Amino acid sequence: MQNIYLAIPLASLFGAVIAGLFGRQIGRAGAHWVTILGVATSFVLSLLVLKDLLLDGGAVYNAPVYTWMVSDGIRFEVGFLIDNLTALMMVVVTGVSLMVHIYTIGYMHDDPGYQRFFSYISLFTFSMLMLVMANNFMQLFFGWEAVGLVSYLLIGFWYKKESAIYANMKAFLVNRVGDFGFLLGIATILYFTGSLDYYEVFGKTAQLVDGEIEIFSGAAWSAITVACILLFVGAMGKSAQVPLHVWLPDSMEGPTPISALIHAATMVTAGIFMVARMSPLFEYSETALSFVMVIGATTAFFMGLIGIVQNDIKRVIAYSTLSQLGYMTVALGASAYSVAIFHLMTHAFFKALLFLAAGAVIIALHHEQDMRKMGGLKKYLPITYWVSLIGTLALIGFPGSSGFFSKDSIIEAVHLSELPGAGYAYVMVLMGVFVTAFYSFRLLFLVFHGEERMDAHAREHLHEPGAVVWLPLVLLAIPSAIIGWLTIEPLLFGDFFKGVLFTLEQHDVVAEIGEEFTTPLAFMLHGLGGVAVWLAAAGFALAWYIYLRNPEIAEQAKIRFALVYRILDQKYFFDRFNEIVFAGGARLIGSLLWRVADSMLIDGLIVNGSAYLVGRASRVLRVVQTGYLNHYAFAMVAGLILLLGWAMLG
Amino acid sequence: MNLFADLPLLSLSVWLPIVGGVLVLFSGDRNPVGARRLALVFSLATFLVTLPLWGLFDTTTAAMQFVERQPWIQPFNIYYHLGVDGISMPLILLTSFTTLLVVITGWEVIQYRVAQYMAAFLIMEGFMIGTFAALDSILFYIFFEAMLIPMFLVIGIWGGPNRIYATLKFFLYTFIGSVLMLVSLIYMYNKGGSFAILDLHQLPLSLTEQVFIFLAMLVAFAVKVPMWPVHTWLPDAHVEAPTGGSVILAAIMLKIGGYGFLRFSLPITPDASAELDWLILTMSLTAVVYIGFVALVQQDMKKLIAYSSIAHMGFVTLGFFIVFRIMDRGSLQGAALALEGGMVQMVSHGFISGAMFLSVGVMYDRMHSRQIADYGGVVNVMPTFAAFMVFFAMANAGLPGTSGFVGEFMVILASFQANFWIAFLAATTLILGAAYTLWMVKRVIFGDIANDNVRALKDINAREFLILALLAIAVLALGLWPDPLVNVMHPTIENLLQHISVPKI
Repeated sequence: MQNIYLAIPLASLFGAVIAGLFGRQIGRAGAHWVTILGVATSFVLSLLVLKDLLLDGGAVYNAPVYTWMVSDGIRFEVGFLIDNLTALMMVVVTGVSLMVHIYTIGYMHDDPGYQRFFSYISLFTFSMLMLVMANNFMQLFFGWEAVGLVSYLLIGFWYKKESAIYANMKAFLVNRVGDFGFLLGIATILYFTGSLDYYEVFGKTAQLVDGEIEIFSGAAWSAITVACILLFVGAMGKSAQVPLHVWLPDSMEGPTPISALIHAATMVTAGIFMVARMSPLFEYSETALSFVMVIGATTAFFMGLIGIVQNDIKRVIAYSTLSQLGYMTVALGASAYSVAIFHLMTHAFFKALLFLAAGAVIIALHHEQDMRKMGGLKKYLPITYWVSLIGTLALIGFPGSSGFFSKDSIIEAVHLSELPGAGYAYVMVLMGVFVTAFYSFRLLFLVFHGEERMDAHAREHLHEPGAVVWLPLVLLAIPSAIIGWLTIEPLLFGDFFKGVLFTLEQHDVVAEIGEEFTTPLAFMLHGLGGVAVWLAAAGFALAWYIYLRNPEIAEQAKIRFALVYRILDQKYFFDRFNEIVFAGGARLIGSLLWRVADSMLIDGLIVNGSAYLVGRASRVLRVVQTGYLNHYAFAMVAGLILLLGWAMLG
Repeated sequence: MNLFADLPLLSLSVWLPIVGGVLVLFSGDRNPVGARRLALVFSLATFLVTLPLWGLFDTTTAAMQFVERQPWIQPFNIYYHLGVDGISMPLILLTSFTTLLVVITGWEVIQYRVAQYMAAFLIMEGFMIGTFAALDSILFYIFFEAMLIPMFLVIGIWGGPNRIYATLKFFLYTFIGSVLMLVSLIYMYNKGGSFAILDLHQLPLSLTEQVFIFLAMLVAFAVKVPMWPVHTWLPDAHVEAPTGGSVILAAIMLKIGGYGFLRFSLPITPDASAELDWLILTMSLTAVVYIGFVALVQQDMKKLIAYSSIAHMGFVTLGFFIVFRIMDRGSLQGAALALEGGMVQMVSHGFISGAMFLSVGVMYDRMHSRQIADYGGVVNVMPTFAAFMVFFAMANAGLPGTSGFVGEFMVILASFQANFWIAFLAATTLILGAAYTLWMVKRVIFGDIANDNVRALKDINAREFLILALLAIAVLALGLWPDPLVNVMHPTIENLLQHISVPKI
């Protein structure tokens, strides 16, 4: 098995390297074949690994690949931990990635950077695999930053667009703020446990629990709380939680396939994965869990609200992604780690589907992304419409769809949680359900129903995209529809995550849910009577009424609630604030330090000032100041001799 | 194998380039092709001669290796005494590798006084290797001073319009610094009767004596590193220096300051170092944070990279002096990590800053401008170059997988062992380093073609490709597998730690 584990990331890396370095030689077809074969290999082998663990009773694998460095007795290693969580993530990552690779053949067909694109997305797959397969914090950080790098390269893929290269820098820097916390979190863990290996650290959790760290003098903080919150700051960057969410909407400047793969299905869920992986640590800090839950709940509701006022089809889905990531985070905070991973998986399928479907609409309309110029596309793009409908139903949690099971479990878990903040989180996730249904159907109606608002030229060229585009859509629509039903039992109530995700008994809300419902059917029937379903229905009804029946209402509301609209349209002024305070502030500090401290004080006053004084004084000694280097050198040697002589005599 | 062992490898490494430099100088300016070839032969030969220093290095001992010792100025007990350990050997290899690249870099770019240019770099190489290999403090001092002269000439002759101000500033700053060091060396000679560095390590000194000696050496080494607030010569020197000069300055000369701290300050004055570590820590953290902000607003690419160098070198001094805070906690856990992290950072910075200056040089050779505002959209016309530049920029921003990550990672982890806030401030480099580097990349490399000058740019040629590729391999190799480098240092660092943990007073 060891060779298979190694082959999984390397197959993707191989494709990336070949397409990246020899793209010109192998041509377009060569590039997509080599990368697709690479990722397909990774996918098939990942399936084998999952099968081995689940059906053939394979053992958990935890071993180093090579020793990166040994310093101070600490072994820094690159190694794999393959358990059920890893295997599930591997399958999701490589599966979605494979679909996106195929889809890209159609989507990027006319792009001059074709080979480069394939190289990047394969490189991303490699990095993401290294992240999820890591068995230690250092490699986790490696993968963490590597996916950030590829995200940077892909958001700025169309490097001529000013907005794209602004967005990619912003994404990288905001993520770096998260990584800053993440790195300090890793340092905390190393300090208290002396190790970076997951299992060793988990084995020494007691040292973190008992440890105290004095951050402000006089106030001792529990080490585990500090460590977990710092780690979670990293997750806030990568998984775009408020207030580090600002980069994700802008990342939509990148080509749509990567919005689906990186900024919806996989990379942004790395933070969720990480917290779940660290559940043996987070469980011991209720403060950190509460913090996680409140941040997640805030993101889930308030980011969803912004989605309502967006007109760019991709941005609506982006805000939806933020909101759904918030749901996953809430689940983590409620100690329902398995539920978070469950939603991560269902979301990966239906959100990738929604993005890729949006991409199909965008290419059909020649790169038009404004929903105000769409409408009535159902009859031109039937396949796209039906898969979008499936994705939308899953997103809003229509009973029976994959999203229903995962989202309802989150709501149930929060409901049962007794941690501080759970009450707030429960209200937020419930209201979020209404908001989700509203913006989702607003999108569906504006794009596929109602009057046709595109111009005549665009309408003439409308046609369903080719098989490389719709096939991945259909392949993603299937799990979006049914995977919740199929997997809720083993993932949540069975022992799939046994020994992987850790929950203290007093936090174990998932077990409480499991006591009541043991079958998907029971769970669904219970859900039908719950308030969430009716909230979703209300959201749907309102969207239907406003956008199909009575379109003037939307405009009137915009005027009547001008202040609310402005706040939402300006995204709560986060961007403006960051622009002025952080970006502007940093430039101001830099200028002041440079112009005043460096140039005026150090150089002007001290250096040149003393030079001036010396100059004044040495006018007397001008005779010897010849300005020739050899004279100075002579003086130097003479001085040396004199000093040595003095030393010898003295 | 023993063929090499019997050769005086260190003397060869020092004198081969110097002799080569003199030969190149005498070959004259009339024959630039011959001068280039000769310089290439000698720099390559020197590189090959230094390789066995690594190959034959015994990683199990902290003792000096490849030692050569000949009486030189006997009345003063001054010896021609060379030897290397785990901290000097990697720096010697870095020197010979970088000089080789610099010789290739100047191949067709330098058309004016080619022989003198090449000779200056070869001679400088000899002096720099001599500085790292010297075990006699007077020998060290002479090499330390002597290397200033060729650098002074390189900037003064092949430099930019404001080169005279820059050279004088450079020379005076560094010269004043080192004179004080000489005084302290003579003081210790008077006391102990030896100039041998290893004897000085054992020399008993009172705390007052140590403080004075420490401060005298601090001036010398702080200027070289350079540490805030004696850093202002560096941006000026870099801006005016030709590309090759900048590369040597950033990649090697700054390291001599860091090396000085390890070879002199820490072992000779351990108690003063412990006493005054707050001073160095403050200066180092100021370098990381303050200089990070200053780098952000630079308009000139070379200045930006120069400031970024100061910030990155802050990690070196931080790593070297945080050990006292760590040892205060009563254990050595984390101390070796800090020292080795500082060392790794030195080597890595040699590669990355060299590569960054070379990249700017590639653009400067074509556009004759270093101003960020004159560029934009270079990737459209120089895609291969842009790939290298983005790669090195990421390394400069400390991306894991590149060498830039390793040292900073180690130092931040180690600093945390001492104090949360020190680690916190040091870790701001994650944000600041990325901000100034990527903002420059955005404005220079990405975007639409900014003007017709950019439109006319040609992508890198085979020679430039070779240099950048070699550096990229080095950066990547060290980032993916730093163990071979760190492994070399272990016994030396352990020994040093043992030494400084025992008070002299």
